[in-house]
Amino acid sequence: MVTAPSVILRAGLFTNGTFMASSTRVTFPNKLLPYVLLAPQLAITAIFFYWPASQAIYQSVLREDPFGLSTQFVGLDNFRRVLGDPNYLNSLQVTLIFSVATALIAMALALLLAVMADKVIRGKGIYRTLMIWPYAVAPAIAGMLWLFLFNPSMGTLAYLVRSTGYNWDPLLNGDQAMVLIVSAAAWKQISYNFLFFVAGLQSIPKSLIEAAAIDGAGETKRFWTIVFPLLAPTTFFLLVVNTVYAFFDTFGIIHAVTGGGPGKATETLVYKVYNDGFVNLILGDSAAQSVILMIIVIGLTAIQFRYVERKVHYG
Amino acid sequence: MTFRGTSLSLALAVVLASSTSSFAVTEISWWHAMSGANNEVVNTLSKEFNESQSDYKVVPVFKGTYPETLNAGIAAFRAKQAPDIIQVFDAGTGVMMAAEGAIKPVADILSMGGAKFDKSLYLPGIVAYYSKPDGTMLSFPYNSSSPILYYNKDIFKKAGIDDSNPPKTWPEVWEAAKKIKTSGAAKCGYTSAWLTWIHTENFAAWNNLPWGSNENGIGGTDVELEINAPIYVKHFQELADLAKDGTFRYGGRTSEAKQLFLSGECGIYNDSSGGLGDVIKSGMNYGTGQLPYEPEAKDAPQNTIPGGASLWVFAGKSDDQYKGVAAFFNFLSKTEIQARLHQVSGYLPVTLAAYEETKKSGFYDKNPGRETPIQQMMGKAPTENSKGVRLVNLPQVRDIQNEEFENMLSGKQTAQQALDNAVKRGNAAIKQAIGQ
Repeated sequence: MVTAPSVILRAGLFTNGTFMASSTRVTFPNKLLPYVLLAPQLAITAIFFYWPASQAIYQSVLREDPFGLSTQFVGLDNFRRVLGDPNYLNSLQVTLIFSVATALIAMALALLLAVMADKVIRGKGIYRTLMIWPYAVAPAIAGMLWLFLFNPSMGTLAYLVRSTGYNWDPLLNGDQAMVLIVSAAAWKQISYNFLFFVAGLQSIPKSLIEAAAIDGAGETKRFWTIVFPLLAPTTFFLLVVNTVYAFFDTFGIIHAVTGGGPGKATETLVYKVYNDGFVNLILGDSAAQSVILMIIVIGLTAIQFRYVERKVHYG
Repeated sequence: MTFRGTSLSLALAVVLASSTSSFAVTEISWWHAMSGANNEVVNTLSKEFNESQSDYKVVPVFKGTYPETLNAGIAAFRAKQAPDIIQVFDAGTGVMMAAEGAIKPVADILSMGGAKFDKSLYLPGIVAYYSKPDGTMLSFPYNSSSPILYYNKDIFKKAGIDDSNPPKTWPEVWEAAKKIKTSGAAKCGYTSAWLTWIHTENFAAWNNLPWGSNENGIGGTDVELEINAPIYVKHFQELADLAKDGTFRYGGRTSEAKQLFLSGECGIYNDSSGGLGDVIKSGMNYGTGQLPYEPEAKDAPQNTIPGGASLWVFAGKSDDQYKGVAAFFNFLSKTEIQARLHQVSGYLPVTLAAYEETKKSGFYDKNPGRETPIQQMMGKAPTENSKGVRLVNLPQVRDIQNEEFENMLSGKQTAQQALDNAVKRGNAAIKQAIGQ
């Protein structure tokens, strides 16, 4: 259920058509063929989005015991309770901070590294391969790696940090816990962003940059007036993908590193859906939260495509 | 067509053949939460049972921490994929008891195994905790424990504290912890696993204080928490104050703090007696003592409440499987198995015979301190404050307490605020769970 909205989002990017090179109209010889070709995608959307989403909506108006032995219709009670819960507002705030920080850091660092990689002449291949590696690590494993380094009881780097006298304790300090999960989540996403930025940089005509150089523009000026605007489509695409990533795909990292703690300092909306549903076994509340989450994501996507995309120059 | 016909009958024949061969051995799946040294015990026991007979095969599967195992079991039940046996921790007892249609009482299963089931063979305090009010035993007490004190003798010596005389009361623990910290014998004086189970639930029973109304939930599901009474506030404020300079260090919500003790970072540690296996395995020069009590409580020490876990059997399995489960539970109840389980793992023996056997063998004379968890639990007849703690959503209520404790230990709130919040949020969660 939780990942379902991201499926639409990604599907949306491609059906939107803006990333296709040309739009020559294809005519099919057989009227049935296009439907057959569409069928797998439609089946996937139906099974992995519409079915679970409708289940969530159904569950969100019910009250059920953990084992599913008794069920009762309660209307919108679950929504009322969730929206009146101060912890829900807290997790909304946590999500915003976490997502903005993760997306910003992951994109800024990736752009910096991509620009640097563009200048490397010898060993370009190795450098790029190494940069892409972390992307192959599963989120839960990435979380474990960071935990092994920074867990205050057993982490190697945590030990070094503590021995300098700094009170590193993400088990109790909510801000430190947030720093830890943002670092882990951003670290994992840098590779993906790097790949797209490198591709984006390669598609910028060298002649433009050379012409600007001849006109006397310095490196910084060339970057901000030529390279950065021409990268806008890539940046916009990555902004959408990174937001979705921070919202939904970071569950494994949070689960492995902090489990939403200390207190509720790192409990994002998605983590709260899991916690209330699968740990506290209050399925109605959890379903109501995932319905709200679905509405938030649909709204966010609409806003991004309607307003932000207008400002993007596709060359 | 004929070709398809033959291949179909061939396939059928293969299916029949494979299913008849699997009828010969009935597999019994057992989901558990035992890690480290205790995981090895689970595997050894299963192997021994499987080798002792040829009708059934117990297949143990590790499913993560206690709360994770319980949740995995519930999710599997909803998906109609439940295991035969699931190990559920003390706090999950109320959750399972509330799910009458999902489980099969162990009392029924044990009498299916042919042998007559005799409840009086088992330790009374433990059996009572895992029984319905009418006396039907619902789950099999596989590993029962009680919280004890562990301390590092080398650190005690370095700090100049008598290492043959562990602290008995909380003020004595704080004093020793401060001495360890200020003398530089270790970086931290004291740490504890399970703040909820040890410092609220057992703190209440051991000092004979109410934890919640309705006999802490044993008398009925409608419970109001009482853990913000002054004596609890005092105890937690002391912990919070010690946390400020690192004399007390927090490890995590379950037994993560064990690492801080095993690595020699902290000198004194409270955990379940079942944590003993890993302490022995670490090779440390350790000592144990009883759970500290609060001298201000006039009836302290009273008795501790059963912790650890029990084995529950899901409903809707075949008679053949239930017979296998019965055979396995009878195997686990054997005196020599129980006596060994108790002696290697630090868990309590669940049968009286195993306790007597261990006593007779001179084990307690050679290993002083190993009888402590049993004496703590059985030393006095329980009062209404010390029979146990039971809620239909105790795991959730524990998590609420943990969140408030974390905010207290990080200095965001005082002990009074933390416990008031824990009571307020906990009561609301209980009301919601019982449908009021």
